[in-house]
Amino acid sequence: MKNYDKLIFEVSQPGRQGYSLPKNEYKENALNSLPGNLMREKAAELPEVSELDVVRHYTNLSNKNFGVDTGFYPLGSCTMKYNPKINEEVCIIPEFTSLHPLQDEESVQGALELYWNLQNMLSEIAGLEEFTLNPYAGAHGELTGLMVMKKYHEARGDSKRTKIIVPDSAHGTNPASAMVAGFDVVEVKSKPNGSIDVEDLKPLLDDTVAGIMMTNPNTLGMFETEIIEIAKLVHEAGGLLYYDGANLNPLLGKVRPGDMGFDIMHINLHKTFSTPHGGGGPGSGPVGVAKHLVKYLPNPRIVKDKEGKFHITENEESLGQISNFFGNFGVMMRAYAYILSLGKENIKNVGPLATLNANYIKENLKDDFLLPIEGACKHEFVFDGLKDKSTGVTTLNVAKRLLDYGFHAPTIYFPLLFHESMMIEPTETESKDTLDEFIAVMHKIAKEARETPEVVKEAPHNTIVRKLDETTAAKNPILTYRALKESEK
Amino acid sequence: MSKILDDRKYADSHEWVKLEGDVASVGISDYAQHALGNIVYVDMPEVGDEVTQGEDFGAVESVKAASDLISPVSGEVIEVNEELVDKPELINEDAFGNWIMKVKISDPSELDNLMDADAYKKLCEE
Amino acid sequence: MIVGHALCFKKKNHNYMSHKYMPHSEKDIKEMLEAIGVESIDSLYKDVPEEVIYKEEYNIPSGMSEIELRRHFEELAGKNKPLVVFAGVGAYDHYSPSVVSHLLSRSEFYTAYTPYQPEISQGTLQYIFEYQSMISELTGLETTNASMYDGATAAAEAMFMLVASSKKRNRVLISSTVLDNVRKVVETYTRVHGIELTEIAEKDGVTDLEVLYAELEKGDVAGVLLPVPNKYGIIEDYTGVADRIHDAKGYMAMYADPSALAVLKTPAEWGADVACGDGQTLGMPLTFGGPYLGFISCSKGMLRKMPGRIVGATKDADGKRAFVLTLQAREQHIRREKATSNICSNQSLMALYATIYLSLLGAKGLREVNELASDGAHYLCDKLLNSGKFKLVYNKPFLKEFVVSTELDMEKINKKLLEKGIMGGILLGDGKVEFAVTEKRTKEEIDTLANLILEN
Repeated sequence: MKNYDKLIFEVSQPGRQGYSLPKNEYKENALNSLPGNLMREKAAELPEVSELDVVRHYTNLSNKNFGVDTGFYPLGSCTMKYNPKINEEVCIIPEFTSLHPLQDEESVQGALELYWNLQNMLSEIAGLEEFTLNPYAGAHGELTGLMVMKKYHEARGDSKRTKIIVPDSAHGTNPASAMVAGFDVVEVKSKPNGSIDVEDLKPLLDDTVAGIMMTNPNTLGMFETEIIEIAKLVHEAGGLLYYDGANLNPLLGKVRPGDMGFDIMHINLHKTFSTPHGGGGPGSGPVGVAKHLVKYLPNPRIVKDKEGKFHITENEESLGQISNFFGNFGVMMRAYAYILSLGKENIKNVGPLATLNANYIKENLKDDFLLPIEGACKHEFVFDGLKDKSTGVTTLNVAKRLLDYGFHAPTIYFPLLFHESMMIEPTETESKDTLDEFIAVMHKIAKEARETPEVVKEAPHNTIVRKLDETTAAKNPILTYRALKESEK
Repeated sequence: MSKILDDRKYADSHEWVKLEGDVASVGISDYAQHALGNIVYVDMPEVGDEVTQGEDFGAVESVKAASDLISPVSGEVIEVNEELVDKPELINEDAFGNWIMKVKISDPSELDNLMDADAYKKLCEE
Repeated sequence: MIVGHALCFKKKNHNYMSHKYMPHSEKDIKEMLEAIGVESIDSLYKDVPEEVIYKEEYNIPSGMSEIELRRHFEELAGKNKPLVVFAGVGAYDHYSPSVVSHLLSRSEFYTAYTPYQPEISQGTLQYIFEYQSMISELTGLETTNASMYDGATAAAEAMFMLVASSKKRNRVLISSTVLDNVRKVVETYTRVHGIELTEIAEKDGVTDLEVLYAELEKGDVAGVLLPVPNKYGIIEDYTGVADRIHDAKGYMAMYADPSALAVLKTPAEWGADVACGDGQTLGMPLTFGGPYLGFISCSKGMLRKMPGRIVGATKDADGKRAFVLTLQAREQHIRREKATSNICSNQSLMALYATIYLSLLGAKGLREVNELASDGAHYLCDKLLNSGKFKLVYNKPFLKEFVVSTELDMEKINKKLLEKGIMGGILLGDGKVEFAVTEKRTKEEIDTLANLILEN
């Protein structure tokens, strides 16, 4: 059903049903005895559909999607690696999925052991003292990490530290997290190669600075070679270093953030540790800290006693609670399965092979695409659009044309350092064959841009829908079926 | 080349001010609307709000960009352009004809901190 | 400690063993290095200062084959005890129809990225649009975002919305009858963000409205968060409350159980401006606390203050209906530190979960779920009260959760229940116990529970 275009509401027919429930054996109808003024006045208009209606509808919707299992995502900064299938199986074992978060500790020892094992493995890989797995996503991890930073300074009676330094090339989430955590944001300039300008940083480092947020490799996929100097300067000024784990993948087996001087970091389990992106979530953003910050981690904490029993505890000096319970446990199970599948022998190859893949694409495409920064990149790199600017074909056009050829687009117009940014990250799970196909298609698009630029400019041509009117969508937002019906009247 | 009118003053953040008596109309320049692209929303202050020169009083949004509106004058907001609620695109159509707010200014000397059309023209050409 | 062996072949001349997740052959690596013009992969790291290069081997277990991995997970699973659950307090054992997990396991859904390329993401975009529509139907409020992490963080972000909408006010109120964990998270968020939070005391198990009105009188309240139902399972009566809050120029937010909203008066009907809560009650497995689903709905006027992603309907170049992420100028990737929130994801797959669940159940099915749960809860409650050993702590209407008190040693009894494979009620101290019943509990299970408790 290639042209299937219905909403589930439009499949609905009065009187149909898609569920079965046990017969009600109770004599009293409790709802009828509740005071009328507490009850809903008008029934919700939800679909009335059969089970097969639902199955067909959502199966048809799934066919309108692109996923890692469909094809290659050269999506910079997103680490779209393969999502192993065994992970999807072990995480639905009923002895895990049926656990109530408030069950007696005795009855959840397996879950606590998994949580504890994973937090220790992450500590080992990160070179930090301890992790909490409670944060739900990368941005939530950032916020949690900044709360740790705030708590640390407050506990020392150092109330002047209200500023967080963020590189101007950073992803928007960094300053937004700092804002939510109640800090003021100060930008530090990047040099043309995207690394932090240490000379610009120095004068910013006074006693009002709580810390700095960085990624390494940076947004351009280049290693911050002055990291040791930066860490020294920030620490001397009394600040802490936060590591945004978005770019951790190339460091696996090569560098541990803790060893570079970082005090706090988050890891995106949905990037580096292969858990599925799920069309936008659920993710997981564990936060690790150096020894002197462990006591500030959010509650609840999972600990192991001398007898090998696991306990759920609360830390008095903790920054407080940041999640309903223990975070996205189902996501942790998948990441744990991934680390165990690779083991110490293989996980160290992840970073190097991801880096090899990125450099291979970069070197093969730099004849047609403008490479602003020469030299070995890590897991990703940035082109500033096509080399030949005379065609008028933009990065957006190239991205949309890639969809026609069955590839996802790269991350585009980020970082903001270049006008036509095109950020490419292949990950280690892609084979040379796939990379060769991608390279061939990119060359073909460059050729089209020279010879038939209109074809590229009007792309995509083969997708289920074509270019969308985003202006009207934002100007007159239609956000529900009810509003859609109104607008069609 | 975007339009610049001689009858008003400009801030370096691309807002214009036109003074009539002690009431200043404030909008954004043609250059600014051009840079933003299709405007889909204008976040306006409320009547009665106090605005301060150099501080933001709202924002303009296009599909994939947003820009804070920085007040070029201080004083009390006495009127906002309600037409922009449903038709934000009016700013794209005529940035100088569609003011965003009117302010009863508290300090006329503040206008000396602003640019005249020639100076603003130079800024836009940089 | 975990023990395992990887079945991999160590190849001569280089260290990159082949693994099923990394497809590089020796020949591939050689050719790729030649194309790049370097001798080894290590040389791609020569810009990294020598002193930070990690030269050890991680102290983690050896790689496991699938057989070993399964065995390890089964061993861990054996240390857990699945129970017949009679507890709630923010996580409920509702039933999930088989269709939901089948459809969710389609990899076109779960291996997809955020739908930033709408032309190849219409599946995700459309189900989010359907999700928004359904949650709006339940809350009665016009707009809903693409979802939040969990109920607690949704509540915290709803508080930010109240403050942002009120512009000049910086104090919010929260009823102490909102779930404890939710209040704790709201407390953390507001504290670091610099918002003043005042807790409204409870009286007889419900929000003390006199205290609430006295706080509103002070004229500095941006908004109030009230629960439906509350942390004791009670359905509070908010008649006239919205008017008082709005008269004081504040906003009203409600923390709601979306499943219960099929039968209970909706936030919109109470006059609320914002609704938030946890969608776990829409059949999601307990999974030791997550992933669940936070939601936020609001009236049209507060839309621009809403955090997170939002999907809207539009048309493509050929005039065909399509869906797209919209109102993005509020978000962190554009607004940076001026954004409404730092959130840059949603619990998309869990939103799909809720959407499929609600499609299957419909309004009628969801009402039946509430009837079964509510009838079961009242049946259990009556049994306990009729024994003479229990008293109802608050004489207030409840749905599927209630608090009773007793002089029995409930700690001991809960241990005994645990041995029998039952999770009893949550102990609140002072002999108070909170029970929850869902449609999954049979009359026999309830009888068994009551007998095991009352035989003491």
